[in-house]
Amino acid sequence: MQVTLKVLRFDPAKDQKPRWETYQVEAEPWDRVLDLLHKVKADQDGTLSFRRSCGHGICGSDAMLINGKNRLACKTLVKDLGHTITVEPIRGLPVEKDLIVDMEPFFAAYRAVKPYLINDEPPPQRERLQSPEERERFDHGTKCILCASCTTSCPVFWVNGAYLGPAAIVQAHRFIFDSRDRGKRERFKALGSGSGVWRCRTAYNCTEACPREIPVTQLIEEVKRAILFDRF
Amino acid sequence: MAHRHEVIVVGAGGAGLATALYAAREGADVAVVSKLYPTRSHTGAAQGGIGAALGNVEEDHWEWHMFDTVKGGDYLTDQDAAEVFAKEVIEAVIELEHMGLPFDRLPNGKIAQRRFGGHTKDWGKAPVHRAAHAADRTGHMILQTLYQQCVKLGITFYNEFHVTDIILEDGVAKGLVALELATGELHLFQAKAIVIASGGFGRIYKVTSNAYTLTGDLQAILYRKGLPLEDMEFYQFHPTGLYPLGILLTEGARGEGGILRNALGERFMERYAPTIKDLAPRDMVSRAMYLEVREGRGVGPKKDHVLLDLTHLPPEVIEKKLPDITEFSRIYLGVDPLKEPVPVMPTAHYAMGGIPTTLWGQVIRDEKNTVVPGLYAAGEAACVSLHGANRLGTNSLGDLVVFGRRAGIHAARFAKDADYHELTEEHLGPSRERIERIKNSTGKERVAVLRAELQQSMMDHASVFRTGELLQKQVEILKELMDRYQRISIEDKGEAYNTELVEALELGYLLEVSEALVHSALNRTESRGAHAREDYPERDDANWLKHTLAYKVEDGKVAFRYKPVVLGRFEPKARTY
Repeated sequence: MQVTLKVLRFDPAKDQKPRWETYQVEAEPWDRVLDLLHKVKADQDGTLSFRRSCGHGICGSDAMLINGKNRLACKTLVKDLGHTITVEPIRGLPVEKDLIVDMEPFFAAYRAVKPYLINDEPPPQRERLQSPEERERFDHGTKCILCASCTTSCPVFWVNGAYLGPAAIVQAHRFIFDSRDRGKRERFKALGSGSGVWRCRTAYNCTEACPREIPVTQLIEEVKRAILFDRF
Repeated sequence: MAHRHEVIVVGAGGAGLATALYAAREGADVAVVSKLYPTRSHTGAAQGGIGAALGNVEEDHWEWHMFDTVKGGDYLTDQDAAEVFAKEVIEAVIELEHMGLPFDRLPNGKIAQRRFGGHTKDWGKAPVHRAAHAADRTGHMILQTLYQQCVKLGITFYNEFHVTDIILEDGVAKGLVALELATGELHLFQAKAIVIASGGFGRIYKVTSNAYTLTGDLQAILYRKGLPLEDMEFYQFHPTGLYPLGILLTEGARGEGGILRNALGERFMERYAPTIKDLAPRDMVSRAMYLEVREGRGVGPKKDHVLLDLTHLPPEVIEKKLPDITEFSRIYLGVDPLKEPVPVMPTAHYAMGGIPTTLWGQVIRDEKNTVVPGLYAAGEAACVSLHGANRLGTNSLGDLVVFGRRAGIHAARFAKDADYHELTEEHLGPSRERIERIKNSTGKERVAVLRAELQQSMMDHASVFRTGELLQKQVEILKELMDRYQRISIEDKGEAYNTELVEALELGYLLEVSEALVHSALNRTESRGAHAREDYPERDDANWLKHTLAYKVEDGKVAFRYKPVVLGRFEPKARTY
């Protein structure tokens, strides 16, 4: 089938502002959008730039706005999109070239929540024990691939780039609810601050955008409750 | 721009992060230079588990793990490496748990373990539960956990920096050059010690589980500089790649009870490995699948693949323990593994060969184990040689933490007593020239076309089964492709995120590692592990119980030297399962 692929292009060396470019691409229904981008780059326009690595939804490199929604290009098939496909960079992070955005603000928020196990007690000789139920409690957050789909679909983040954003809060959740962790109070400092969880307006965009089906909004609500109950 | 760090690690996958972490814990000033963001490295794609004789589910011993590794490697495994590995991987798994890694748990709270190909109890008598796992995203969890610890220690990261040169002078590693993708600027890095942990090169093949970014960059850079690559002929095809894309479906699926079936519905592995059937090592299963297809028992309109049947397993086992691969087959094939078997075929997966090192990750330059001062390698980029002629499933994740840690510790200690070397802007010259040549070329050859021809021809002539005739043909094809590579040109002349330039550089690396692989395979006139020569079907210990060191002489010309296999408590025996 013939697909019309419209890509929002931007080359900082040449363009004042982003511009649309349209390509006709021969595609199979089971092709990934990533395959289309590769075809364009190979046959039509080598200057088209985008990130990708694993190609099957686990590295998180190729999050982009596809037909108006945040998705991974390698996990979105042509058959689910129709004959006209639009592709834009994810929103709310500075565009560096074409579909590539500056990820540093995103990872700065990640680092701010102390995304690592905090436990200074001397570890036992063998593993720390944890029941399957305790392990299950934070399972959702461990699926996060840091693709930024959730954070860059959040209207609060678009308006206020200082907001930690859903992804960072999911990372915090993953440790706050880990029975082995002792660092929740340290994390609450960032999470309870003006740019923390209370900015969330429960728009659910993040949950809809997550390519790993993490119930992001629910996890944010759980973090809010954990902070509230910690005061009593 | 110039930078200076005591230890610089190239690559931010599991091996690179483990190296960086342990080097930093030794007190070194550490930086990581990676062409990706760390959490996007391909360790994240590893699914099924990390093997360690924890004995949490049933009796197990490191000696059994060592034996399985040596036998799995078809006795090309160095037994000193296997011993260090089987002992230290236990400690490494416990340390990962202490770092916060979310392993699945048994009801008693201990780390859960499952079966995996080639892992046995009692010296091969039956499969054993040895693979510690976190659903089917164990690699993802290891990568995330190691990165988290690096963030905690404040290790410096140069993300999206593409290394273009390792500076080796007077036989000593002095620093490196890297292209900053965001700006197109070349950076000079001074280092006392450099650790190469840049992963594999599955993209030489058309069907592969490997990321687009796995192009053998650093192996090729060192090979061009006259350093050897060891045992490159041994390239592993993982039996269960999702057909036809090659996306990995973990061996853990068979560990949980999944069965391979041919077009007649037969469990064909009963014929090839009667003791452990579908849990035979990967080289044997991959060959068996090809043979079934060749003998007309393949599935589908082209009769060119087989099926992985999980339908008899309880749905909750599939949903809980194999969620990601279930999703992959639903998304990419529209096949629900709960209801119907999944089409699979072997997919290029792992390089057993690579940059030769000592047990502490020091890169060596010859068969006498002469060390290159200041240069280290770990993980899939390296060859210690733990995996010999065929790697057992789960031993890659174990390899990268055990030998990443050893390389990190040794590099940090080496750096303490070493001085920085003088480097000047002139050291950027060769990289700059290479980049300018590509950008200014008016040739007519296209990168994507050459790459596709390379990948298809490697698949046709140098994959699971090989013959002298096919390999010779591939030697000629590679010569021609290398010649045409001199005439590639690109459209993107810009500086910021010139990904077309990066792909052009990567194609050069793919050609180099292919050359080392094909010549090494043509040279080895026996069948051992993943290297199956139809014209030499038997293992030949009298002549070939030795490691290949391949040296580049010029394009299309390769010289060989040999290193004895380190033997030990396990005498080479016929390999039956």
